[in-house]
Amino acid sequence: MLETKEFELNMGPQHPSTHGVLRLVLYLDGETITDIETVMGYLHRGTEKLCETRNYYKNVPFTDRTDYLAAPYNNLGYVETVERLGGWEVSERALYARLAIVELSRIASHLFWLATHALDIGAQTMLFWCTREREVILDFFEAALGDRLTTSAFRPGGLRRDLPEGWADAVLDFCGSFPQRIEEYETLLSTNRIWLERTVGVGVISGEDAAALGLSGPMIRGSGVDYDIRRALPYGGYDQMEFDVPVFPDGDSYARYLVRMEEMRQSVRIVQQALARMPEGPITAKVPKAMRIKDPVEAYHIVESPRGELGYYIIGGNGDTPYKCKIRAPSFCNLQAIGPLCKGHLIADVVTVIGSVDIVLGDVDR
Amino acid sequence: MSDFLIVNVLIPLFQIGVLLGILGLAAGYIVLAERKILAFIQSRLGPMRVGPHGLLQPIADVVKLLLKEDLIPSGVNRAIFLISPVIVVVTAFTTLSLVPFGEGITLFGYHIPGVIADVNVGILLILGIGGLGTYGVILGGWSSNSKYPLLGALRAAAQMVSYEIALTFAVISGLMVAGTLSMVGIVEAQRDMGLWFVFVQPVAWGIFTIAMVAETNRAPFDMPEAESELVAGFFTEYSGMRWALFFLGEYSAMLVMAAINVTLFWGGWLRPFPGVESLAFLDIVPSGAWFILKVATFLFVYIWIRGTFPRYRYDQLMRLNWKSLIPLAIANVLVTGLVMLLVG
Repeated sequence: MLETKEFELNMGPQHPSTHGVLRLVLYLDGETITDIETVMGYLHRGTEKLCETRNYYKNVPFTDRTDYLAAPYNNLGYVETVERLGGWEVSERALYARLAIVELSRIASHLFWLATHALDIGAQTMLFWCTREREVILDFFEAALGDRLTTSAFRPGGLRRDLPEGWADAVLDFCGSFPQRIEEYETLLSTNRIWLERTVGVGVISGEDAAALGLSGPMIRGSGVDYDIRRALPYGGYDQMEFDVPVFPDGDSYARYLVRMEEMRQSVRIVQQALARMPEGPITAKVPKAMRIKDPVEAYHIVESPRGELGYYIIGGNGDTPYKCKIRAPSFCNLQAIGPLCKGHLIADVVTVIGSVDIVLGDVDR
Repeated sequence: MSDFLIVNVLIPLFQIGVLLGILGLAAGYIVLAERKILAFIQSRLGPMRVGPHGLLQPIADVVKLLLKEDLIPSGVNRAIFLISPVIVVVTAFTTLSLVPFGEGITLFGYHIPGVIADVNVGILLILGIGGLGTYGVILGGWSSNSKYPLLGALRAAAQMVSYEIALTFAVISGLMVAGTLSMVGIVEAQRDMGLWFVFVQPVAWGIFTIAMVAETNRAPFDMPEAESELVAGFFTEYSGMRWALFFLGEYSAMLVMAAINVTLFWGGWLRPFPGVESLAFLDIVPSGAWFILKVATFLFVYIWIRGTFPRYRYDQLMRLNWKSLIPLAIANVLVTGLVMLLVG
């Protein structure tokens, strides 16, 4: 008599489509997944502990290296928390400049998500088309912030330096042509039969389950929950912006794909509005050169990063360094959805699910 | 030297030499063409460094692969591990000897036919030998004693065997019209009919084209080597020249399948519309050139598909085959038979 037994397959930490150093232990019956174990921690750098050793200004570069695909958003989360902690102001010009930069970073992040997600599903060409547009955005970052990926974009009170001349016009030019590019991507994917077969009904999660797991961002909006911090708890000038929050009820990979595609369009709108409202004036408000907080105070502030709810919890009172800096990383919380989403599916669906959850391992492990 | 020796030994040897030389080179340059065409689809340049526009890239690649260490992982089933790439290449090369490239040429008073072996069961032999190539893939994956190659090999086994059925039924529809199994005979039948078979059997051609992409493990049916899932599929553990042999086998198989498609449905070496007299001026183009042009078109289509489509999932691929292609192919055979019976 032939016996069958469970097949244990180690996927990662070195694997082409685990998006970094995620390790998945798959328990397989044939190609069907009976159980899945997510193992993380391969990229742990102790960011939160390191933040206790540098002063408030010098901590900004650490935040770049958490979610490195949307570094400006991490900078924003940290910087706004510090501003709340110390009661420091931000200059009006910087407020809108930040808004434009972080929404550009959302586009860049979603573009790279689409590139890798499509590549995982086998549509190679998307990788190059999306990175082509992402390249333009990274060039904007380089011009304005001096760096492409680890931008260290903001500092408490505003920006490090003013935006270069003509930058806003160049960005607006890009915003004018970019929606057409999104349509191009959609002609290649949205109605493609293979793409539909690979994503529709794969990795379904209901809105209730998603909320129970603490998911956020496109993950929860793809499950029909209308929750976007930019609108629910506006921060950084979002209350003056007009934009739609795309919500799709199906809860599968295709719904999450639709959410992110629409979010890119909305981000373009926000960038245009922010740049139109950006006044002249100083790029940094009057903030102390050395930030010292003597009394023990704490601040928790959440922002809607491209991946979801990004929170910073900072306790001051240790002189010029934080006493404690805790990061509520969206990728970390969304990661726990991978197990439930994959169960009962095939190996090929695991890469679809990982792609549609859109984790960044730097953000997961910190 | 007697005529017998020249016709039966020297000419075949000459043909084989030419074919092997061309094939080795062609496979390398198909890889280059693929990289270039994909690059243009993806708005980049592709290889540019070695030679003008990267034209010497295949040679540099071969030199690199030959100089690489011949790595055999411990724990593999050595004999099978070593032999399986060879199976893939040998079967692919052998089938090509049955494909007619043209009408042939006359050199020093001797006629050199455009095919090495015009066997009266030609297409059957091609499918038979080609089917053996599956063993190379399965054994290579199994003998690696590693999990990803094993999964790749299992997928390959199921996929290639399944799609062979649809492929064969599509071929049968074509053969019924041709009335012969000989590859040369099939082309001659199209010449006599004055029509390429694709216009007679469009459905069979469609099925054959889909099945041939799956049979050669090309995107969007590249399950056995699905890069994003199985790392490199059945040849994950291979490196250096042995790895290159798998590639050579794959690209030769692409070539063979495209050649069969052209021979069976697109008139082989015949000019377009062989029945129309007013187009006779096209005969100035040598027959071999027509054949190569048509095969190149199919190779381009292979690459084009790869640049456009996402990958199917394994179960969807099987469903497509068993629930759509095979019933359609069988129905097509029946309808063809019925029409032939009624029309005569």
